[in-house]
Amino acid sequence: MTGFLLRRLGGAVFVLLSLTVVLYAVFYVAPGDVAQIACGPRCSPAQVAQVTAQLRLDDPVYTQYLHFLQGIVAGRDFSTGTGVEHCSAPCLGVSYQSDQQVMRLILTKLPVTGSLVIGAFALWILLGVGTGVLSAWRRGRITERLLTWLTLAGTATPVFVIGLLLIIIFCSTLQWLPSPTYVPFTENPEQWAWGLLLPWVSLALIESAKYARLTRSSMLETLAEDHVRTFRAYGVSERGIIGRHALRGALAPVIALSALDFGTMFGGAVLTESLFGIPGIGRELVHAVKVVDLPVVVGMVLVTGFFVVLANAVADMLYALADRRVVLS
Amino acid sequence: MSEALLVQEAGAAPAAAPASGARQFWRRLRAQRAATVAAAVVLLLFLAALAAPLLAALAGQDPDTYHPGLVDSAAGGVPVGSFGGISADHWFGVEPQTGRDLFARVVYGARVSLGVAVVATVLQVTIGVTVGLAAALGSRLLDQVLSRITDINVALPLMVIALGLLAIVPSSFPRPVLIALVIGGINWAGTSKIVRAQALALKSLDFVSAARLSGRGRWSIARRELLPSLAAPVITYAALLFPVNITVEAALSFLGVGIKPPTPSWGQMLTEADTWYQSAPTYLLLPAGLLFVTVLALTVLGEGVRTALDPRAASRLRIGTGREERQERTKERAS
Repeated sequence: MTGFLLRRLGGAVFVLLSLTVVLYAVFYVAPGDVAQIACGPRCSPAQVAQVTAQLRLDDPVYTQYLHFLQGIVAGRDFSTGTGVEHCSAPCLGVSYQSDQQVMRLILTKLPVTGSLVIGAFALWILLGVGTGVLSAWRRGRITERLLTWLTLAGTATPVFVIGLLLIIIFCSTLQWLPSPTYVPFTENPEQWAWGLLLPWVSLALIESAKYARLTRSSMLETLAEDHVRTFRAYGVSERGIIGRHALRGALAPVIALSALDFGTMFGGAVLTESLFGIPGIGRELVHAVKVVDLPVVVGMVLVTGFFVVLANAVADMLYALADRRVVLS
Repeated sequence: MSEALLVQEAGAAPAAAPASGARQFWRRLRAQRAATVAAAVVLLLFLAALAAPLLAALAGQDPDTYHPGLVDSAAGGVPVGSFGGISADHWFGVEPQTGRDLFARVVYGARVSLGVAVVATVLQVTIGVTVGLAAALGSRLLDQVLSRITDINVALPLMVIALGLLAIVPSSFPRPVLIALVIGGINWAGTSKIVRAQALALKSLDFVSAARLSGRGRWSIARRELLPSLAAPVITYAALLFPVNITVEAALSFLGVGIKPPTPSWGQMLTEADTWYQSAPTYLLLPAGLLFVTVLALTVLGEGVRTALDPRAASRLRIGTGREERQERTKERAS
């Protein structure tokens, strides 16, 4: 087990390192005046020269990259003209357009994205696994057909379409809810929950469809196995078979997939955040893309990649833990 | 749908397609009612996209002409008349503010939405098959390198990377082409994983060994022996990827970093409709509904294709076997 964990960790570190190389190559070695792009269109030549010096863009590419990597691993110093600004590890650089360290910017956005993702996650697991269990239980009946079509519709709907429809229905037509606005939890927990209700529901509706299908198909697979037939022959009730045996078989893939999705979402539920105006990582990224704030874009992509790699590793481990049949090699 | 799930679903399709492939495939696809309806819808959408100029001319409209007389500028630019200004001249109504014909914009938008997804899918499949085959047939080192590259590719969150790339490419580059390239260039890891796994399994089979012993080269074996057997899982995976690509393009355009106006695409229309949902709801429901119908039809069709290519699924669903097949065989014998 320890060997497996170490190897998995080593693989994850390797992928992350490669990711920094790829990202640096794509974004900083691109043709064109990188310093001007990073600094923004309104920068004076003097400012551009300062950025060039800070990012060491006159050095050979590999030294530039090593400085970039050094910032992430050990932190680095930036001269601001008047003094030296220290950017401690993990340093993702400085946004010249908002005059802020990228890592600090991301850290202020993380709780917001976290509020959205954790709430939606709880909802979509409940909804998805519940629907999956129900349709496996009522297999071959009208309930199952109905649920199958509903989940199919769920996988086919983009999250921004369902979100828009929910806003139209609940905020403007029925006027049951105020327009969604984000209020930090620490400020007012009740308003925080009300403001996030629609985003949670839209995200959960879309994501749960996937889980319902996965749960249903793995449960049906288990139900077709011989040992389940034996349980039946021993007189175990249908409810006991579904709840105790079939569900257990379905849990391993569901746990693995949820770890994966959870990590990916943390890197920014870009669409949901943009639609509902939630000031999290995803919305910040879209903003940075629109104004071409290069350091922020690179930093966010890297952080997202970090979450995905982490989620992948965790998913593998959970899968191995949940399903004893998996050979750790 | 997540990559892991797609891989799992497509992986369920068998590697070896039976010899009478195409015909049996059609029969099995037709045996599923939902898939047949979905195929008809998809066909209709593609025809509409191809014939966009023709259809627009038939309606006597074009996507770019402003009709200031058809919007109520005093009320902020809301279309005159009920249901977003639907009339004999403007079948789907007109756009708020500008009064552009929505029917023409929707059919021209279909060209962009479907076209981008087609190019992206073709690119994903081409890269995926090439990388997967090379990893399975090449040296151990090549396999290691390509598999690591695939791992990195999986670690790239599609939306985020696409957003990043769209930020740095100069805006003079044609946008639809760029988006197709970005989606196709990022999201190929699933295909390559499936192809590699299947090709490795096939490699040890007798017919491949026979081909190798007869002195044929690696690429000849790949092309003549492996590719035909890889068709089933690859087609299945591509059919499931296609609607995902449509959604990604719509999402990017919805975020305002994809297709730029005045070129219409459904996602781009949606982002413009975002501010009009209270005063002109039809304007929003049109692209939203079209996206929903298209992606649903394509997903159902994709499922149908998977079932048609997977003999286990087919027998589970009691289609393409039994009575119909016997009848078909009798007919064939009789003729």
